[in-house]
Amino acid sequence: MSDTDYFTLFSLPHHLRIDLAALERTFYAQSRKLHPDRFASRPPEEQQAALAASSRLNDAYRTLRDPILRTEYLLTLHGIQLDEQSRSATDAARASGTEKKQAVPPDLLEEAFELNMALEEIKMSGDDPDARAQLESARAKFTAMLCESRHQLEALWTAWDNALDASNHASQEACKQALVSLLNRRSYIRNLVRDVNAALDAATAPQS
Amino acid sequence: MVEDPQNSTQPAADPFDGRVVGIDLGTTNSLVAYMQGDAPAVIPGEDGSPIVPSVVAFDQETADGFSVGNAARNVLLSNSANAVYSVKRLMGRDMADVQPELVHFPFRLADGLKPGEVLKLQVGGLTLTPPEISAYILLQLKRNAERFFGAPVRKAVITVPAYFNDAQRQATKDAGRIAGLEVLRLVNEPTAAALAYGLDKQKDGIIAVYDLGGGTFDISILKLHDGIFEVISTGGDTHLGGDDIDNLLTAVALDDIRGDLGDDVYQSILTHPESIQHLRKAIIDAKIALSASTSAILSIPLPPLGEKPAGIYAREITRTQFEQLIAPILRRTVGPVQQALKDAKLAPDQIQEVVMVGGSTRIPAVRALVTQLFDLEARGKKLHTELNPDEVVALGAAVQAQILSGVTSPATSDLLLLDVTPLSLGIEALGGVVARILQRNSTIPASATEHFTTGVDGQTNVAIHVLQGEREMAKDCRSLARFDLKGIPPMVAGLPRIEVKFLIDANGILHVSALEQRSGKQAQVEVKPTYGLTDEQVETMILDSFDHAEEDIRARQLVEARNEAQIILDALHKGKQSPAWPQLPPDVHAAIELAATELSRLMQGDDYKIIREAIETLDQLTRPLAEMMMDSAVTGALGGKTMETARQSLSSLGQAPSAPHPFAPAQIEPSTQPNPIQPAKPNPAKPTPDS
Repeated sequence: MSDTDYFTLFSLPHHLRIDLAALERTFYAQSRKLHPDRFASRPPEEQQAALAASSRLNDAYRTLRDPILRTEYLLTLHGIQLDEQSRSATDAARASGTEKKQAVPPDLLEEAFELNMALEEIKMSGDDPDARAQLESARAKFTAMLCESRHQLEALWTAWDNALDASNHASQEACKQALVSLLNRRSYIRNLVRDVNAALDAATAPQS
Repeated sequence: MVEDPQNSTQPAADPFDGRVVGIDLGTTNSLVAYMQGDAPAVIPGEDGSPIVPSVVAFDQETADGFSVGNAARNVLLSNSANAVYSVKRLMGRDMADVQPELVHFPFRLADGLKPGEVLKLQVGGLTLTPPEISAYILLQLKRNAERFFGAPVRKAVITVPAYFNDAQRQATKDAGRIAGLEVLRLVNEPTAAALAYGLDKQKDGIIAVYDLGGGTFDISILKLHDGIFEVISTGGDTHLGGDDIDNLLTAVALDDIRGDLGDDVYQSILTHPESIQHLRKAIIDAKIALSASTSAILSIPLPPLGEKPAGIYAREITRTQFEQLIAPILRRTVGPVQQALKDAKLAPDQIQEVVMVGGSTRIPAVRALVTQLFDLEARGKKLHTELNPDEVVALGAAVQAQILSGVTSPATSDLLLLDVTPLSLGIEALGGVVARILQRNSTIPASATEHFTTGVDGQTNVAIHVLQGEREMAKDCRSLARFDLKGIPPMVAGLPRIEVKFLIDANGILHVSALEQRSGKQAQVEVKPTYGLTDEQVETMILDSFDHAEEDIRARQLVEARNEAQIILDALHKGKQSPAWPQLPPDVHAAIELAATELSRLMQGDDYKIIREAIETLDQLTRPLAEMMMDSAVTGALGGKTMETARQSLSSLGQAPSAPHPFAPAQIEPSTQPNPIQPAKPNPAKPTPDS
């Protein structure tokens, strides 16, 4: 049972495009069968089994219905060690005594540099109108990028699903690599948006 | 049939073994409910009311040495050191957490408590943990249910605030075990309320449950679909409720009294815990009155002060004043509501129905706030207040109890609760930061797997610190437990690969298991709960003597009845030697002999009631004899003897055969009967005070 992957658990192929309504229906139907409530008056072994089965069902549903978690999970299933990548970054940061750094997507280097300057500035000067305007435009830009990355992600999903159906291994490999760098880029942008939001919130909050 | 609780493998011969009740263990009030056919119903207590105030008193006046509910509430007013209320606030907490509470609550902590240790309270000469005190409330509810069914009740579903953390949940489960209940499930209060509501309405859609009780606030957003109650998100504050309103108003009233009547009166109230309780009661009465009328009279009894006798401090409080005072408290519910909506990725106008739960939602200002939060008026909708906010949680618990009982019922067979964990689970990483392993609002049961390794060659132990909460730093989150992974085979640093599985069960309680993958060896996990009781501690607290309390009382009553029977039979034996006996007509002789024989026979049996009846019969029949013997003694007294010697001559003559007065057995024959029927010494059956 625990060897079955999440897709198989829901009787789904390893596709990244998923019918979420159908996923929910299967989840409800499986929950009715597997949930521990159904076994509360059964012997302890059956209760334990229900606990294991239903926690796995819930873990699978949580992963598959989320676009990012689903993509990451599929990549892991297909030999990409996202976990290890993150871990080696953590180890490197630990060894050098610095904060864990994400690889900066090359095309974002300049933007990220400027943004960090503006963030420093607003931290030093408080709610400076110029720095604030700069941050707000940065927020708009990065939020748009985040949106765009979602479209790119969905395009790659389609490419992957087609490559899988066609058993085109070269194309599958290319999709995987593209997905890894897209996920990395996306997570980098998301962190930038988060930092900008935090800085703007802090600047707006009354100074103590 | 003697039951052996140790032997759980025995098939359940008891037809009531399947019975599961639903319990709402509230901060202010507690209730027990069951499924009456297709609809849940609350179970009344001996006083006819299903609502049992969550107050426990340890007073020597009662047979068990303790009382729960209204009786205990009276003790709170007369002898407050012997009573505890709102103990739910202390469940799963430690000293640092409760310091702010101690300003407002008359909790007396035991001396010598260390930080991180389970709290202990001093009450009525006993030292008890919060789960033990809660167990007394559960025990009362268990007894109410047993009285109602006329059969034992051993299994229950208990509700907890949705926002309760692992330690608070564990403490509640422990309380159930201490009270002799098998807790089949902890159900979140708003979810239970949704279950009762959904059963009532049979309608699909997205609903919010706003639950403002005596001590806790919860908001849950659920999706109802074909009998599935799926919690999408939940939020709350486990220290926000009616108690906070009462505390605030108490502080304001004390301030007013100080201003109007001077420092002496103020100090005299402060130094009288009972006066504070009277004040608190007056505040609560006024608060309740203000839900229906636009002004109320606050009437506070004042203790006598020096020459001044006890008096009354009365003043008017308007609803407007009241609402202004409590507005900041009510605003504290807004943040969690907005967060829950955000987590559910829903806008307020996507919530189709809002269900109000908890006594504090009777306050018009609360209703106005929630109506506004969900923009109900503009949408032509109204809050759901039609279910009794005090009962709805217990009713929902009864529905869940039925689901878990395994007894199939058309009303509940299609129902299924899918609840979530309210707080994220994380582990402490390098630098004291928290690495999230399970996000809040994950459907439970849920699990997460993490891999650990060693940092030093030959290392055989790895310590893991598990936390619950949303903050970035470990020190700002709730410490759940520290685990020591032991018995890792010695290897080069970094080589062992220890897989640790964190599993949150359907009660919202965490379980941990670990496996060293290179050797396939199950690593030992030693769970040290940060604030909880260990299993062994809970074991020693189980109120088994309570479980048998009624049995014990019955046994004691039997012994007493037999002793009394022996006394009256002995007295009759002597009476038959007295000069009065031959003066009785023969048919009376025969009747007495018959009754005496009957009593001798019955006292061998074990029904104290039948024995008492037989004693009464014999007592009635021998009354003329007793009177004649008494007369002859009194005649003797009139003949020059003092009453004292008359009594002595009476006893030398043979004791008058009369049922001894239960409160004065010693007056009859102190030397031969070692106080056989003295009323049983009231002492708390368990735990006994250390002496």
